[in-house]
Amino acid sequence: MAEAHILLDGVRKSFGSKHVLNGVKLAVPKGHSLVVIGGSGTGKSVMLKCILGILQPDSGTIRVAGENVVGLSGKARDDYLQRFGMLFQGAALFDSLPVWENVAFGLIQGRNMARAKARDIAIEKLGQVGLGPEVGQLYPAELSGGMQKRVGLARAIAADPEIIFFDEPTTGLDPIMADVINNLIVDCVKRLGATTISITHDMASARKIADDIAMIFRGEIIWQGPAKTIDASGNPYVDQFIHGRAEGPIQMDVLKP
Amino acid sequence: MNILAHIGRAVLTLMQEVGSVALFLKDGLLQGLTPKIYVRQILDQMLKIGYFSLPVVGLTAFFTGGALALQIYLGSSRFNAESLVASIVALGITRELGPVLAGLMVAGRVGASIAAELGTMRVTEQIDALVTLATNPFKYLVGPRIIAAVVTLPILVAIGDTIGIMGGYIVGTRSLGFNSYAYLRNTADFLELDDVTSGLIKAAVFGFIIAVMGCYHGFNSKGGAAGVGRATTNAVVSAAILILAANFALTSLLFSE
Ligand SMILES: Nc1ncnc2c1ncn2[C@@H]1O[C@H](COP(=O)(O)OP(=O)(O)O)[C@@H](O)[C@H]1O
Ligand SMILES: [Mg+2]
Repeated sequence: MAEAHILLDGVRKSFGSKHVLNGVKLAVPKGHSLVVIGGSGTGKSVMLKCILGILQPDSGTIRVAGENVVGLSGKARDDYLQRFGMLFQGAALFDSLPVWENVAFGLIQGRNMARAKARDIAIEKLGQVGLGPEVGQLYPAELSGGMQKRVGLARAIAADPEIIFFDEPTTGLDPIMADVINNLIVDCVKRLGATTISITHDMASARKIADDIAMIFRGEIIWQGPAKTIDASGNPYVDQFIHGRAEGPIQMDVLKP
Repeated sequence: MNILAHIGRAVLTLMQEVGSVALFLKDGLLQGLTPKIYVRQILDQMLKIGYFSLPVVGLTAFFTGGALALQIYLGSSRFNAESLVASIVALGITRELGPVLAGLMVAGRVGASIAAELGTMRVTEQIDALVTLATNPFKYLVGPRIIAAVVTLPILVAIGDTIGIMGGYIVGTRSLGFNSYAYLRNTADFLELDDVTSGLIKAAVFGFIIAVMGCYHGFNSKGGAAGVGRATTNAVVSAAILILAANFALTSLLFSE
């Protein structure tokens, strides 16, 4: 059997005395969509940043398409990052640049494409996320949260990447806009045939996007399986999370009144 | 005992800070000032750092030149040496006050805005987004700011010198009763090229300090809006202190030649 497209094993990351990732083990086959669920502050974003090399894991292996990718630098790192698209939790649009230039950024700066050509592609990608060409002239601060997320999505898919990460794509949106984003993600991923990891704590979103679901708790993956089987996982942590119950094995540090 | 612990902690913190500035400097120079060069960013920063600082630097120089003329007149009249006014104004402005005051004013204006902008980009993950778009933030953000500041500060100071000497001239001829021709003659005869270039060398160094401190504190800011505020303050204070220290060092150095 071929090795998974993205493979993490024993990945650890601490900030000072704070242990965020405690040996994460994860495998995503090519073309699959994995959704990672888990509470706030459990290290989901840190895990994505380790794969992207924005953060260096303290130990463990990360392999993409069969190659070790920890500690890449220079040209090798640029080439590696060209294969990715990332939608950040807060969209992270460049607020000094108009929307179209945000979407075209990776094409112009990363790939040295001519501005006019990159602009045409940016307008086309904006169309794919349901935004008209006139939005391209606006600045990110002039957009609503939902529109910012859509621009972030357009930027993530602009260079037709083979791997896309979505960090909480629907958090902070109303349920209808959230579903619009979910559909856009499913469409985009289908069109590109990309391998994706999405992070969410929105179960409706998870069920819609996921082929597989993994749950992270205390910096470890405690369950991974096909999305269809999540209701019968037999795992009390997963059950508590997907039903959103305060009572169960996951204890929040909340003072009782 | 407590006092020793305090001193020890302060020294350790200082050493740690110096170390991390040194590391930042290494990346800023080795990555930021080597290709790929973002010409568009450099020009943009020259406009922001240089051109928009003109009014502040011009006004500062003008009033300082005027006040200097008054003070020197007052002091030198005690020795019947009023003829020194023109020459000492020219010397004081070009060698010392021109670069130092321009440096401090630009540190307040530009150092703060660099730290605030990059700090905001850091806490909103825009710098991480740059990385995922295969763009090195040291090349795209830090390098252009350093280059722009080092190039434009001497130009600003040259203009400031001219305006400062003019301020002295106006006060000298209008309210101290100097003959206009004699004042200009005195200035021109006395001033040497070395006086001007030593000031311009200082200005380039101050520009470097301002840009590096702004970028360093911005890059390392964390913890939301409060963190960005802290970074801004630290950028201005550290740049101002380093400018004064560097001025002393450079003056001793250029003086001993
Ligand atoms: N650069 C960093 N420095 C220090 N601590 C960090 C850093 N990034 C994240 N953390 C900490 O790691 C923990 C997990 O963060 P994160 O991965 O963002 O959580 P989430 O699962 O909600 O995405 C948090 O407690 C956070 O404070
Ligand atoms: Mg997160």
